[in-house]
Amino acid sequence: MTTQHSEMEEARAASEIRRFLMQRGSGAVADRTFAALMLGCALSIFAIVALILGILILRSRLSLHEFGFSFFLRSDWDPVRGSFGAVPFIWGTLASAFLALLIAVPLALGVAIFINEMCPRALRTPIAFLTELLAAIPSVVYGLWAIFVLVPIMRRSIGPFLKKFFGWTGLFHGPNFGIGLLTASIILAIMVLPVISSIARDVMKAVPNTQREGVLALGATRWEMVRIGVLRNARIGIVGAVILGLGRALGETMAVTMVIGNHAAIPKSLFAPAYTLASVIANEFTEATGDLYLSALIEIGLALFLVTIVVNAIARLLVFMVTRGNTARAV
Amino acid sequence: MVRGVRSAVPILLTFALLTGCKSPQQTGAPAADPGMLTINGAGASFPNPIYSKWFAEYGRLHPGVRINYQPIGSGGGIRQVSQGIIDFGASDSPMSDAQLQQSSHPLLHIPTVLGAVVPVYNLPGISAEVRFSPEVLAGIYLGSITYWDDPKLIADNPGVKFPHEEILPVYRSDGSGTTFIFTDYLAKVSPAWAQQVGNSTSVKWPAGIGQKGNEGVAGMVREAPYAFGYVELVYALQNHMTFGLIRNAAGQWIKASPAAVTAAAEAQADTIPADFRVSLANAGGTASYPICSFTWLLVPQQSADPAKGRQLHDFLLWMLAEGEQEAAAMGYAPLPRPVAERLKNVVASIR
Repeated sequence: MTTQHSEMEEARAASEIRRFLMQRGSGAVADRTFAALMLGCALSIFAIVALILGILILRSRLSLHEFGFSFFLRSDWDPVRGSFGAVPFIWGTLASAFLALLIAVPLALGVAIFINEMCPRALRTPIAFLTELLAAIPSVVYGLWAIFVLVPIMRRSIGPFLKKFFGWTGLFHGPNFGIGLLTASIILAIMVLPVISSIARDVMKAVPNTQREGVLALGATRWEMVRIGVLRNARIGIVGAVILGLGRALGETMAVTMVIGNHAAIPKSLFAPAYTLASVIANEFTEATGDLYLSALIEIGLALFLVTIVVNAIARLLVFMVTRGNTARAV
Repeated sequence: MVRGVRSAVPILLTFALLTGCKSPQQTGAPAADPGMLTINGAGASFPNPIYSKWFAEYGRLHPGVRINYQPIGSGGGIRQVSQGIIDFGASDSPMSDAQLQQSSHPLLHIPTVLGAVVPVYNLPGISAEVRFSPEVLAGIYLGSITYWDDPKLIADNPGVKFPHEEILPVYRSDGSGTTFIFTDYLAKVSPAWAQQVGNSTSVKWPAGIGQKGNEGVAGMVREAPYAFGYVELVYALQNHMTFGLIRNAAGQWIKASPAAVTAAAEAQADTIPADFRVSLANAGGTASYPICSFTWLLVPQQSADPAKGRQLHDFLLWMLAEGEQEAAAMGYAPLPRPVAERLKNVVASIR
C-alpha cells in the first residue's frame, strides 16, 4: 500500500517522459524482476562456493576421519596399503606455480611495457593480438607441444647447459630426461604469460597521459618515466594480474600432467619428476576402487581448494600491505 | 514482499543446484522409444573397442534391444553396478571379497577376453628383440637396475651390445587395468616387489616417471632415448611397436600374441575357481605368455527387471558362441575352449 502511494507521488513530480513510462506500467515489475534476478546471480556465487566446499568435505569424510589433519602433513601416497598424504602434491603444485611466475612475470611485464610505451604503432596490434592468441590455445595443445618440442630441447640443450653452468647451485643434479618440475614450470609460464601481460597492459593504458608528461617534464629519462609515471601508478593492477596468473598456474591440469612426470615424491632437483594436486585427481579418479582411496582423492580436491584460497588471501594481503589502502604517491 | 522474492530466488537456485548435483556419477541414456529395451553398462576402458563392436552387432540381430556401454573406468563400473545404478559393470581387476559383500545384490564375474601387457623400449641402434627376465622387469621399476648395460640384461641377451646409459622407467600415471596386470605379475615373480609395492590399478612406484594412458607411455618411450615402459598388447599391435620377450614360468622366452595369451589361460583352466576371480600372471605351460589377465563383465545374478536379465543371459550365450571368434582379429585373446564351456553353465543361472 505504502509503495503504491509513494509511486503515485513520484509520478506527479516526474517528467513527461517518466509519466508516460509509468502509465505503461511495465517498468516497475520489470525493474524489480531484473533486480531480483541480478541479486540471484550474485548470490549464486556464494551458493556455488558453499556447495563445492560442502560436497568436498562430505565426500572426503572417510579420509578426514582416518587421517585427520595429518593428511596435509603426510608425504606417503600408497593406494595399495591405503596410506594417503597430500604433501608431495601440495609441494609440487606450489613449486611449479611459483617457478612459473618467476619466469612469466618479468617477461609479461616486459611485453606489456613494450607494447604500451615503446612499441612502434605498426607493431602494436600484431603483438597484442598474438599475446591474446596464446591465451586461447587449449592446454592439451600446450601439453602436446611440450612433449614433442620442449621436452627434447630440455633434454638436449637447456638441461645440459643449466647443469654445466648452474650445477653449483645444487638445483640441477640428478638425471635429466627432459621431463620434470622445470619443464612443467616453463610450459606453465608460457600459459600464464598472456593472462598477466594483457591485464598489465590494460592497467598501464589506464594511467593518465598527464602522469607521463609530468614526469618527462621534470627531466626524467624514458625508463624513469615508465618506472615512476606508469609502473608505480599501475602496481595494484599489476599485482592483480599476477594473482590471476597464479590462479591459472595452480589449477592447470592437462599440460602439467603431460610433462611433470607424475611421481609422488618431493623432488630434490628441478630436473626430477613431481606431481600436482590437480594432476593426481585427473590421473587416478576413474580407476580408484575402494572407498578410502576415492575419499582421499576428493580430499586432495579439498586441499587444492584450500591452497588456492590461502595463496590468494596472502596475495591480497600483500597488495594491501604494499598500498596500505593509499593511492599511489610520487617517489 | 519484494524482500521475500529476493531471498526466494537464491534458495530456488540453490535447490536446483542441489538436486542437480545429487547423483553426478549416474550414467546411461534414457530409452529412446517405449518399445525398446535399453540395458546400461559401464566400466573398464581396455575392452571398450570389442564391447562396442559386440553390443552393436547384438543390437542389429535383436532390433528390440539396445545395450549402452560407457568406458568410465573399472572403479566406476564396480561402484555403479554395486549400487544398482547400471544393469551390468565391467572391470579389469576382480572385485575383492569386501567389495562383493558391499554390493546391494549378488554379482557374477564373467570373463570375456584376455588382455596382456608387453614391455616397450627405446634403444637407438639396437634392432634385436630384447629379452627381459622377471628379475630385470622388477629391478628396473624398483630402481635397483638403473643402467642398460646391467650384468643381468647382458647375460639374458647374448650378442646385444647395450650402451652405458641410464634407463628411464615410464609407468602409467592414471589408474588402469594395464597397471593392475603388470604389478600383479611383478608381485608374483618378485618377493621384493610384493613386499615393497604390491599390486593395484595404481601403486607407489619406487622409480620412474608417469605418463597418462597407453599413448602417453608409448609416446614417451618413442621420444626419449633409453626409456622403458609397458603398454597393452592391443595397443602395441595396432601401432606396430616393437616389444620385448619375457621369460615365462617354464623358462621359455615368449613374445606376446593373442595365441600365447590364450595358451596361458588354457594352461590354468583346471585351477580356475568357480567364480572366475583368478590371476593368470606367470602361468605355467611352455607356450604361455606370463603377463596377462582376464577382463570381466560384472552381471547381477538376478536382475531387478526380469526382461533385462533374460537379455543379458542371451547376450552372454551369443558372445561365447559368436563374439569370441572376432576377438583375435582385434588383438584380444579369446577365452580357451574349456573356460568357455564352463562359463555356459554359469550364464545359464543368470535371471
